[in-house]
Amino acid sequence: MIKKTVSNVQEAVEGVHDGMTFMLGGFGLSGIPENAISELVKLNLKELTCISNNAGVDDFGLGLLLHKKQIKKMVSSYVGENAEFERQMLSGELDVELTPQGTLAAKCQAAQQGFPAVYTPAGFGTEVAEGKETREFDGKMYVLEEAYKADFAFVKAWKGDEAGNLIFKGTARNFNPLMCGAATITVAEVEELVKPGELDPNHIHIPGIFVQRIFQGKDYEKRIEQRTVRER
Amino acid sequence: MLDKNGIAKRIAKEVKDGYYVNLGIGIPTLVANYVRDDIEVEFQSENGILGMGPFPFEGEEDADLINAGKQTITALPGASFFDSAMSFGMIRGQHVDLTILGAMEVAENGDIANWKIPGKMVKGMGGAMDLVASAENIIVAMMHTNRAGESKLLKRCSLPLTGVGCVTKIVTELAVIEVTNKGFKLLERAPGVTVEQIRNATEGTLIVEGDIPEMQLN
Repeated sequence: MIKKTVSNVQEAVEGVHDGMTFMLGGFGLSGIPENAISELVKLNLKELTCISNNAGVDDFGLGLLLHKKQIKKMVSSYVGENAEFERQMLSGELDVELTPQGTLAAKCQAAQQGFPAVYTPAGFGTEVAEGKETREFDGKMYVLEEAYKADFAFVKAWKGDEAGNLIFKGTARNFNPLMCGAATITVAEVEELVKPGELDPNHIHIPGIFVQRIFQGKDYEKRIEQRTVRER
Repeated sequence: MLDKNGIAKRIAKEVKDGYYVNLGIGIPTLVANYVRDDIEVEFQSENGILGMGPFPFEGEEDADLINAGKQTITALPGASFFDSAMSFGMIRGQHVDLTILGAMEVAENGDIANWKIPGKMVKGMGGAMDLVASAENIIVAMMHTNRAGESKLLKRCSLPLTGVGCVTKIVTELAVIEVTNKGFKLLERAPGVTVEQIRNATEGTLIVEGDIPEMQLN
């Protein structure tokens, strides 16, 4: 077995520096790599490009990096929950590339699987398609979207083993599996790190080959963005 | 004239037995409350669940179980979870039968704008561009006019587009309208609303053929 474990988050982020491009998993605040984000805030890296579906909220998730002005460019599909983000974007301090959610997923998956680009119908005829190659297949128009390139992917899984195999939980799965292996180095943090053999191979969502470093995460807040309940 | 729940109630009648349905944020979310309980329908939320259930009971909220509006939800028996690529594979591959979403503007050729007001509001398109580019059956749930009283059913959209020529039907507080290649075709009036009122609130071409029936909500 090829061991992927590192002992802590400091070791997991070794090699990061200013100006790098990072992928970060999560949808809203669900399934975000909380430990890695905290460490990137501590390291005070600057001029980062972050590819992540959302940009966190003002005081949590990627909002923490935005607050310290560590991010130069954000690539996301929806950024509506973050006032500081909107302020930085409208003032021009922050460069923003808005990408349809399914296209964002496809561009991560393309990077993971060795496709240089994919055709998608999303965004055809809109400003998202401006400057991009388009092509007709069977009477319908498609936009050519290139695979992302990133230095590090930071993902969060529910369970993982020392071989780097990952299992996700509920809708916290979202973009996390697609970012594994889509960057030069993939760092996975897990709620529960187990010995090889403890996870049923039938249940693995992401094989360890896509993961370079895995560590046992700690102190997960798992904040809920919109707490909605019904009466008993 | 209908309220938001009335719009949702009318749209719920478009949901048929055996449908997989994607509901957008806002009025569309309310549609789930009014679907007949003698038919089988599964709701898809594009962040990665099929078989979405109602909000959880207090104390049972799970940060790992949310919908596309980031609200805590539940999973019904028979539900499944999946990653975002597979989720949009369902959408792009036209496996979802009906998409219901909100809009800022709809044009008479079926163009839709709902993601950006230049210089003012830029929240992003989320999954809307993927949904409208692929779905064959798209119903827009929205108010007929904006807060300034201006029509949202236009000849041409003035805001940046989300998708082109894709909307099939619109349900507002005033009317049910079908988007045809000749313009907005009036199908039904809301209770107590006249054709004249609808015409006055519609900037785009409104096609009125014969007597227009009142909506049946039950």
